[in-house]
Amino acid sequence: MHEAAYAFTGYIYPNEAKLLWSVLIVLYPYITGLVAGAFILASLLSVFRVKAVHPTYRLALLTSLSFLLVATLPLLAHLGHPERSFEIFVTPHTSSAMAMFGFVYAWYLMLVLCVEIWFEYRADMVRWAGECKGLKRLIYRIITLWDDDTSPRSVQMDHKIAYAVTVIGIPSAFLLHGYVGFIFGSVKANPYWASVLMPVVFLFSAIVSGIALVLLLYQVTAHLRWKKADMACLDTVGRYLLYALIVDFALEGLDVIHRIYVAEESFDILSLMVTGKLFLTLVIAQVLLGGLVPMLALASTLVFRIPDKTRQWLYVVVSLLVLQGIFFMRWNVVIGGQLFSKSLLGFTTYKLDIAGREGAMVALIIMGLPFIILTVLTWLLPPWVDNDAAPGDHGATDKPEAAAVPAQASAK
Amino acid sequence: MTHDDTLSRRDILKKTFALGSGVFLCTFAVKAAKGESPDPTPAPKGAGDPTGSYKLPNGYEPSAHYYGYGIDLDKCIGCTRCVDACKTENSVSRTEPNFRTWVERYVIRDDDTLEVCSPKGGLDPYPAIEDPGSVAKSFFVPKMCAHCERSPCEQVCPVGATLKSPDGVVLIDKKYCIGCGYCIQACPYGCRYFDESTRTAGKCTLCYHRITRGLRPACAEICPTGARVFGDLREKDGPLAKFLREHRVQVLKPHMGTRPKLYYHNLDKEVR
Repeated sequence: MHEAAYAFTGYIYPNEAKLLWSVLIVLYPYITGLVAGAFILASLLSVFRVKAVHPTYRLALLTSLSFLLVATLPLLAHLGHPERSFEIFVTPHTSSAMAMFGFVYAWYLMLVLCVEIWFEYRADMVRWAGECKGLKRLIYRIITLWDDDTSPRSVQMDHKIAYAVTVIGIPSAFLLHGYVGFIFGSVKANPYWASVLMPVVFLFSAIVSGIALVLLLYQVTAHLRWKKADMACLDTVGRYLLYALIVDFALEGLDVIHRIYVAEESFDILSLMVTGKLFLTLVIAQVLLGGLVPMLALASTLVFRIPDKTRQWLYVVVSLLVLQGIFFMRWNVVIGGQLFSKSLLGFTTYKLDIAGREGAMVALIIMGLPFIILTVLTWLLPPWVDNDAAPGDHGATDKPEAAAVPAQASAK
Repeated sequence: MTHDDTLSRRDILKKTFALGSGVFLCTFAVKAAKGESPDPTPAPKGAGDPTGSYKLPNGYEPSAHYYGYGIDLDKCIGCTRCVDACKTENSVSRTEPNFRTWVERYVIRDDDTLEVCSPKGGLDPYPAIEDPGSVAKSFFVPKMCAHCERSPCEQVCPVGATLKSPDGVVLIDKKYCIGCGYCIQACPYGCRYFDESTRTAGKCTLCYHRITRGLRPACAEICPTGARVFGDLREKDGPLAKFLREHRVQVLKPHMGTRPKLYYHNLDKEVR
């Protein structure tokens, strides 16, 4: 009798017919997550002095910056009045979770990431300004604020400050993405979003995606530069990815178990959604391909002796799987949270357009931008650390000693 | 190279920090200059949408009123004149899924199955009920913004474009709204929509342009059975106070803690 009362004919409130937050809002937590994740990877390894992975340190910082620079684009493209977006900075409504976005973003971009990168690269930029000519020289001069001090004392000071910023940066990165999770988790009207675990789940999935991205980019860039990727580094990053995945998976599992056990009013409609409309994106793409398969694959590298070449390919595939898995995690939260009616009696649908302001093309362009920015940044601020540096190779010759400094300096 | 150089770098850092702090403080200064405080000013901006340039009539004192709304479900016959009147009065789109009010029809069968519908908010005819013999009960439920005392939509607006005016009406300043849609997500009752014509959020204003002139909202005015009762909660002998005194009432989703001011008499447990 009771079960029958929940049979529904698919009723949604008439205002819910059109799904409001599109794929662009999916990109927002995805991109911010990559920013926070890449930075947390870099910082943790720097603070905890994990030397094996220092080839990825600068690359992770630049990756983080590249994605942070486009993090606001999907939001701006989505707003009804993007020209009024500055109001969030100028007259923030203090009771609103979203109003803090401007400050969290500005703090992170200006005070953490840019400062950290600047101190990390300052001495090198001074040196490159002496070696290069033309435009590049001018750029280095401007960025270093015409500073030409490369004395050991000043370099040491740089590292001290960079270290301090890193220490501040870790809680900041946690704040940045935990905050994004809070934006969703605090919407009590939506039973799929409203969860205290949401900021924590967002944070750990961010760490997972950031590590996967750096792992992938490190291998791709090594390949493009005809260099051999450092296997010890790959193995270590891979291991961290596994740990982060396990924590993330456990947290999300806890959320699911809790929901099943307490079985609140919304449980029936949500379980129908998860096993129906979200089956492909949640069960297959997120949980199976984005979680279980990568975890098993990464665990296998610890258990079995796998040849370097195979292991490298395995890391590439795992990174790609994890990256798509976290994308669909964001998708399932943002789109999934709007698919069911707040009347708990029915579903609406979301159709991703190809063209249009909030279509797939715009989303792809926004996702492509960070890679273009990263290419420019790596040209300007080469992050490469190569053990088999070939003479004459610009990026390799001017890097090894300088790049080795941060890890050593921080070990002091 | 020299000690002085290091100092100059430090100076730069100091200045950068000072500049950053200055910008941060400026935001508060601008806010103060705009006359914004946690308690919204008595004159809500842009209340008379669709133009958004509405001004309060002379002699109207918002803090002297506190509006609410009652609906006697026993009296609603599902004519949906209210839905139509609202669309006309407030120029709400009839093509987009934009509804400031709508009427739901509930059909509960003998076997406890539930059928709910509201075709085009009630503007389209309700489908004929199949197998009427198995119907245990059927009723209509008009829905609209509850102008909650603790309105989540007002809380989440990042720029304060949604405001709760002192007379208890939740309004949107359409000249200020950035169109992020966070309020639409935050409303547990589905009472907000995205208005494509202004590219901002839209919602029921209790016909603010009418009530500030002593008139009733269009939906209450047109209701032929008196199911819709608009009133001032401060008016002890007013129609709403009388309705609340004479009926046992219920609100929707009370567990949300939003303290809605839309009171239903004879609400069924199936209604959400």
